[in-house]
Amino acid sequence: MTAQTVTGASSSSSAPRPAGPWRRAGRRLARDRAAMVALAVLLAVTAACLMAPFYARDVAHTDPFTSNVAGAVMIDGRSVDIMQPNDNPLHLGLSPIGPTWRASADLLGADSQGRDLAARLLYGGRTSLLISFCAAALCIVLAAVVGIVAGYVGGIVDAVLSRIMDIMWAVPVYLFAISLSIVTVSQGLKLGPITIGSDNLLIPICIIALVYVPYAARPVRGRVMSLRRAEFVTAARALGVPGYRIVLRDILPNVTGTLVVLAPLMMALAMMAESALSFLSIGVQAPGASWGTIIQDGEGLIYTRPMVAIAPGLAIVIVVLALNVLGDGMRDALDVRDSGRERG
Amino acid sequence: MLLAVRDLTVALPIGGRLVPIVESVSFTLGAREILGIVGESGSGKSVTSLAIMGLIDVPGARISGSVRFRGRELVGLAPRAYRALRGREIAMIFQDPMTAFTPVYTVGRQIDEQIRAHQKISRSDARARTVRLLGDMGVPDPERVAGRYPHQLSGGLRQRAMIAMALSCNPALLIADEPTTALDVTVQAQILDLLRGLRRDYGSSVLLITHDMGVVAETCDRTLVLYSGLVAERGPTGALFAQPGHPYTAALLDSIPPLHGPRPARLPSIPGSPPAPAGRPAGCPFAPRCAYVHDSCAVRPPLVACGEQDVACVLPAEGRPLPPRFVAEMSA
Amino acid sequence: MVMSVLRRLGQTLFVLFGISVLVFLVFFATPGADPTARIAGRNASPETMARVRVEYGFDRPLPVQYARMMEKLFVTRDLTSYVNRGQKVVPEILEAAPVTVSLVSGAALIWVVLSVAMGVTAAALRGGWVDRGLMMLGLVGISIPVFWLGQVVNLVTQSRYHDSWLFSWVPGLGYVPLTEDPLGWFRALALPWLTLAVLFVGIYSRVLRADLVAVQSEDFMRTARAKGLSPMRVLLVHGLRTSMITFVSLFGLDFAQLVGGGALLTEVVFGLQGVGRLTYQALSNLDLPLIMATVMYSAVFVVIANAVVDMLYLFLDPRVRDGR
Repeated sequence: MTAQTVTGASSSSSAPRPAGPWRRAGRRLARDRAAMVALAVLLAVTAACLMAPFYARDVAHTDPFTSNVAGAVMIDGRSVDIMQPNDNPLHLGLSPIGPTWRASADLLGADSQGRDLAARLLYGGRTSLLISFCAAALCIVLAAVVGIVAGYVGGIVDAVLSRIMDIMWAVPVYLFAISLSIVTVSQGLKLGPITIGSDNLLIPICIIALVYVPYAARPVRGRVMSLRRAEFVTAARALGVPGYRIVLRDILPNVTGTLVVLAPLMMALAMMAESALSFLSIGVQAPGASWGTIIQDGEGLIYTRPMVAIAPGLAIVIVVLALNVLGDGMRDALDVRDSGRERG
Repeated sequence: MLLAVRDLTVALPIGGRLVPIVESVSFTLGAREILGIVGESGSGKSVTSLAIMGLIDVPGARISGSVRFRGRELVGLAPRAYRALRGREIAMIFQDPMTAFTPVYTVGRQIDEQIRAHQKISRSDARARTVRLLGDMGVPDPERVAGRYPHQLSGGLRQRAMIAMALSCNPALLIADEPTTALDVTVQAQILDLLRGLRRDYGSSVLLITHDMGVVAETCDRTLVLYSGLVAERGPTGALFAQPGHPYTAALLDSIPPLHGPRPARLPSIPGSPPAPAGRPAGCPFAPRCAYVHDSCAVRPPLVACGEQDVACVLPAEGRPLPPRFVAEMSA
Repeated sequence: MVMSVLRRLGQTLFVLFGISVLVFLVFFATPGADPTARIAGRNASPETMARVRVEYGFDRPLPVQYARMMEKLFVTRDLTSYVNRGQKVVPEILEAAPVTVSLVSGAALIWVVLSVAMGVTAAALRGGWVDRGLMMLGLVGISIPVFWLGQVVNLVTQSRYHDSWLFSWVPGLGYVPLTEDPLGWFRALALPWLTLAVLFVGIYSRVLRADLVAVQSEDFMRTARAKGLSPMRVLLVHGLRTSMITFVSLFGLDFAQLVGGGALLTEVVFGLQGVGRLTYQALSNLDLPLIMATVMYSAVFVVIANAVVDMLYLFLDPRVRDGR
């Protein structure tokens, strides 16, 4: 009898209290130092960009969206023109002011229109983050629908959806996105009574979401197909549980892990795609700004004022890197395999 | 003595702390002897064999105690020296011959590779030996089989090829980890025959790991019963089957269907399941499932001699050993 | 055997057909996007619009328009540009193709060599700081927009440090044909190669490392170690060889997409007149014949690459050879 009590005591002390898979994954993620740093960086950048309207004016003293070529800023008590003669021997042409490294005036310099770069970075970040977040969310919803329908219904529906995915897969993603952007950028999109203007952010969001659907749908479909053969689903079907109920109660909760892990990776891809489209000036349209459009602005100044192109690029690298690190950490924490992959 | 294992303890890090999977396991194996290690899954028999092979590479694992092979200490042996030993003096065959061969190379090429890893001989000489070995293992048309890929062979042929590969450098010790579990019954018997013949033809000793008492009875000279990473009982197979000293051994023997006489409607089984290594009781690990459990089981019983065996149970010392079994049909 | 080849061929044609229809629909049937308005220019008079519509055949039913374009592209091969009237599009693509092929082949060589080295090293030293460092480096590579990296490279090598000994060899932007000047070809492409390869080095080294680590837990890897092989031999001969199967299929697709125009951002930044840039120009001018031609060219490449990958599978995986 003693032995039994001993057993009872030791097993209760050693076996951890059962915790839900999500909580366990959360705890594992919290132990992942790289992922936590990435999360902190993301939150900091997001907060800085979202709160831009509150303090950007103090940084820039100008509107980040209107041209300011005739303006001047105060540096060390002296008034300095924003547009300055070039450094070349003949002082031909004008260049915007370079980085002053003073928080009070043109911290990072100005762009070719004399607009403060730091303020534009913050406002551009809002657009870039908004587009990539919404595009990733929309893409994952679409992918979940396509993946679950194809994987669960199977048969002819699966065949048709898979062939469509194959076709989309065969066209380079960026070319596909560029094609759609060019068509919509001139006149916008008219869907019956609804007209979406070409400067509406919905257009890049929808385009980016659409072109990445095959990348996200494939792992979902695979997961659903293996779930459909799982015993508990077979049992539910044998009991006559209606299909939509099985999908909602049994399938969806089990693909959530795959979808959640995909989220940061898709957002990273979306941000890269957005910057590429804007760089080709077919993404975000003026007067809007995103990190991609700022790089595009900076292209002409690359040899004289490289900061205009370098700063937004660095911002993209930092955010995308943080998203990828976070996605990696989440994949490890949730132990999801085969969750698609990044590609150019 | 070919192999002497003393107080072998293997601790693996689980959930941030070291958990002893195998604790103080001791046994010896003589030349041309077949020793069976029996236990349920999770009893630590595979971990024991991997520890002897030096194949436990879990980061943070700790192996203590002593494994002496031909008088040489293997615990703590330098990786390079261990590598020279593996495959050449100690070889191993695995449970599932389907997954144990690299799928992208022919069987012959994989056997050649082992020969050439340990001996400086030409490609064609190695292949000649491979073909001869396959033939010795009863593979029909060995030349053709050597040129086939693993997936093209049947389970039985694959396991024969596996044994041929293990024997390719004439190892003194062959560790067979459940070599027949993945095979169907007729093939199982052939493979066991093959293993029994090895000591005669190759002079090898065999460490046979299995959960099947029937396989032990047919094949092994001596038997080691593991329960939850601890030795429950060890001794000559015949004696152990005739008069088991440990209630766990007795329960295992009861679960074999009798070959003769009336069949019971239902085979007796052991209630409950073995404790996880992390939750192993301080006393006798079998106590929670044992029909004979009493107060003195709260202290872990040492191995004591009982007849021809050593038994980790308090019953013999208390003067009330288990009754002998009627085993006339088993020894046939 | 014949049946499977025929089926394969059928699938290929279907995918090509699907792509052509998809592209056609994007440009001719997207709601609100009327090609007539695009060609006639903004604020064109209704008469001009009507004339353009008839002239270009936009007044006919969509299937007829589609069929006529395909006929000109594949049968008579005299499809001409809408923008530069009279310019035939097929020769234009044939002129751009060597540039892209040069760019992508060199980059592919670099990324395969580097990523195998990085992936194998990381997997061999799994869990250590070298592993973590290499994989973080890979992630950084994945996170850099290629066009921005190209700009930074240009800034450093064309402007800021061009006069230092390190980069004085870098020629101005543009392409030099291999047949004219092999050394010049190499110098013109060295930096674009490296720039394009960065992303793929990141992807491939990470994929390979993950595969190698996954394969470590396979039974056959344990067998290989039990045979007494050295850890390096186990990793390379048994692990890497098995992981190569996924590696090759990824490579086939990526290579084909790049040759098919996916490298356009690199081409744009480095001023290389390749297929990607041509496609981009066609797209920005809404030069529909050129768009159709470049997209079909790209699709053909992807489809051919798929077939080559399938064949490599046969070579690499004996299980596929037996249809299992």
